[in-house]
Amino acid sequence: MEEANKYVKQLTQEKYKYGFTTDIHTEVIEKGLNEDVVRLISEKKEEPEWMLEFRLKAFRHWLTLEMPTWPHLRIPEIDYQAISYYADPTKKKDGPKSLDEVDPELIKTFDKLGIPLQERLALSGIAVDAVMDSVSVKTTFKESLREKGIIFCSFSEAVREHPELVRKYMGSVVGYRDNFYAALNSAVFSDGSFVYIPKGVRCPMELSTYFRINAINTGQFERTLIVAEDDSYVSYLEGCTAPQRDENQLHAAIVEIIVNDRAEVKYSTVQNWYPGDANGKGGVYNFVTKRGICKGESSKLSWTQVETGSAITWKYPSCILSGDNSTAEFYSVAVTNNYQQADTGTKMIHLGKNTSSTIISKGISAGFSQNSYRGLVKVAEKAENARNYSECDSLLLGDKCGAHTFPYIDIHNNTAVVEHEATTSKINEDQIFYCNQRGISTEDAIGLIVNGYAKDVINKLPMEFAVEAQKLLSISLEGSVG
Amino acid sequence: MNMKVEQQYITLFKESRDLLDNNSAPVMNKYRQEAFDNFERLGFPSKKVEEYKYTPVSKYFEQEYGLNLSRLDIPSKPRDLFSCDVPGMDSIQAFLVNDLFHQEAVKGLPKGVLLGSLKELAETHPELVEKYYAKIANHSKDAIVSFNTAFAQDGLLLYVPKNTIIEQPIQLINLLRSDVDLMSNRRILIVLEEGAQAKVLICNHTIDQVNFIQTGVTEVFVGANAQLDFYELEETHTQTVRFNNLTVHQQADSNVLLNNMTLHNGVTRNSTEVVLKGKGAHIDCHGMAVEDQNQHVDNTTLIDHTVAHCTSNELFKYVLDDHSVGAFTGMILVRPDAQQTNSQQTNRALCVTRDAKMYARPQLEIYADDVRCGHGATVGQLDETALFYMQARGISEREARLLLMFAFVNEVIDTISIDALKERLHTLVEQRFRGEVQKCSECSICK
Repeated sequence: MEEANKYVKQLTQEKYKYGFTTDIHTEVIEKGLNEDVVRLISEKKEEPEWMLEFRLKAFRHWLTLEMPTWPHLRIPEIDYQAISYYADPTKKKDGPKSLDEVDPELIKTFDKLGIPLQERLALSGIAVDAVMDSVSVKTTFKESLREKGIIFCSFSEAVREHPELVRKYMGSVVGYRDNFYAALNSAVFSDGSFVYIPKGVRCPMELSTYFRINAINTGQFERTLIVAEDDSYVSYLEGCTAPQRDENQLHAAIVEIIVNDRAEVKYSTVQNWYPGDANGKGGVYNFVTKRGICKGESSKLSWTQVETGSAITWKYPSCILSGDNSTAEFYSVAVTNNYQQADTGTKMIHLGKNTSSTIISKGISAGFSQNSYRGLVKVAEKAENARNYSECDSLLLGDKCGAHTFPYIDIHNNTAVVEHEATTSKINEDQIFYCNQRGISTEDAIGLIVNGYAKDVINKLPMEFAVEAQKLLSISLEGSVG
Repeated sequence: MNMKVEQQYITLFKESRDLLDNNSAPVMNKYRQEAFDNFERLGFPSKKVEEYKYTPVSKYFEQEYGLNLSRLDIPSKPRDLFSCDVPGMDSIQAFLVNDLFHQEAVKGLPKGVLLGSLKELAETHPELVEKYYAKIANHSKDAIVSFNTAFAQDGLLLYVPKNTIIEQPIQLINLLRSDVDLMSNRRILIVLEEGAQAKVLICNHTIDQVNFIQTGVTEVFVGANAQLDFYELEETHTQTVRFNNLTVHQQADSNVLLNNMTLHNGVTRNSTEVVLKGKGAHIDCHGMAVEDQNQHVDNTTLIDHTVAHCTSNELFKYVLDDHSVGAFTGMILVRPDAQQTNSQQTNRALCVTRDAKMYARPQLEIYADDVRCGHGATVGQLDETALFYMQARGISEREARLLLMFAFVNEVIDTISIDALKERLHTLVEQRFRGEVQKCSECSICK
């Protein structure tokens, strides 16, 4: 294993590839958080009165809360008054109407990231709502989606154009009282995406958002709301990056998904925020509340996540299975390296009859990192014939890292069948030996084994993302993984 | 913090400090104040304390209980009251009435072995008790342990000297006996020196139909190469509340088997902490609970692998009927240097009725890479195909269900190393499942 150790050492020196800042004009408001800031954000976004009310209610509630301490994470104290809560990279008063109006620097940034923002990428069939810092820069393919009646726009636009939908659904899955960060987000959220799929419509393309934190000392507080009406289908992709900075950046988002009768929503994330340098300096704090509700009968919600970035990841994409015969899935690969920390998992709350859920979680820890799976499977009194299968495996690549599992199983109905399995181990030396014997180098062998290990999850990603995710896995573990 | 419930005990402690001290041993008094301060600081754990999430504590302490602080000998003849012994088990018997060692010569012990009242042995062997008492049960962290350490006055000590083997199992029968609602704070100290071997069975029973609450702290030291089988069997009535904390420290190459069986009870929370301190130590930590009515059993375990080359194995099974509640928390902690650890944990629960509730929390916290750790937890019902298979072969549905349920818990019973006890438990569990009142011909509880 001497050789393997060397690779693990190498990987701790791997640099963050996406670390660059874009020098474009950004309008940032004063640091600090008080009611005036909340009002100012609302004003800047020209929001209606009810929206401001919602923000203020959330803010007042947030003031009564304390940051929770239960996760298995070491979080340095966060000074919420030292953060600027709004940064607008589009200096022009009116939002850009075509590509030509978009700041060329901004487009270059997206080019570096390889986001298919431009029309030429129409062939790739992806509609992108790119969120840089806080304002949605441009939404592509909107026209062709509009024909089908699909609404895919920035959250602020949705507030203006479709207030009735936003009012009806916003906060219905993640209320502002939900938790500390949900309250904070509800008070100061800047922008995000809104998706509405009408009855019986199958979204013809993968919808995609790219989040990127750009300005210094700004938190990114976006909000995503997806509503799938009866018999509809949508697959939504979310990718995240942030430039390299010494300070920690805070990211506290909310994602809400409502799935109606027989509808299906697939939500995939590839999270690659800046993880900090090899000494654990800097990096993004990724504290996100993601929750969907399978409201209708036979509805289906699927979360897939590949988490390779962020100094601290703390999130539990969850499903409330309230519709009868509804199905929920959670597939996750979480990689931590250097001094990264992750406390992630899911909650499956079974309320309806004949509901089923699947959890597959694969954790990989290297360097000095700590990687925890935390999950809840709850079967309520009236949830007849609920079924859950959970599998969470951890792989340790190094003797200084940690892998932890904290599942909670609460069963209040005897017809439930719930299984949970977890294993923790390092890469089997026999497997490496077997590969070596056949002329495969140790590095390639580890690569093969790790990829095979994460395959169950990667396979669930849409094609374009699967390729990116595989690359990300290699970047994160380069040196130890081929 | 709302200290309303705690207040009556705080007052009691302050008012009866002299009474506590005078009827106890100096070694025990030494820790009293410190433990009490800790209790005052901690208060009874609320549901927000992660370890006590599933068992509310303060509500059970609200009621007024009598405490036998002046250590009056409750008139009883345990041998007459209780003879539900295990047939065919040739054992060394000793009785505890509430938390008091029943004075009666214990026969059949090898030379050098001490078994008796903690208070008295603390007077005759102060250096021994001094060395071990309150050393591993952490009264600064757990409020129940601090409560017990503040109020415990007596208890039981078992000391097995180096390389001494006690062939016969030691059966400790703990009877809860009182005419009024009673609180007792039981303290047990077990020390096995290097190479010693012993088998200990504690049977918990209630004699009187009054409300009982018992806090228990058991500290077990297992020396290098020593071997201990430790069984705790509970058959109390539904008005009994027990909070039991067991801490085991194991040295190199020691081998310990723990088995905690709850057949009948009111509310029980068993907290077990095993610290593997020497290389090559092995622990089997098992348990089962058969519950009905409103019974509540919460087993919380922590297996702490502090050094390399240790192995642990956990198996817990629950059968939940009526409105009963089962909870299991199992933490396996592998510290940074504990390489080559092999650890397995299994928790299975069978919910028989729709009102039964099960909470399971199997947890792994691992800081070493060259390990193999796994856990599995399932909650469910009997296998329909197995039931069908048996019915197709002429076994009635009821009988088929019973058979499958026996098979389910027998996995835990079969780990018992005392054959007679194993047989006895098979019978007890069968009676329990068949709904027959457990009756034996002789003893007065059963009459």
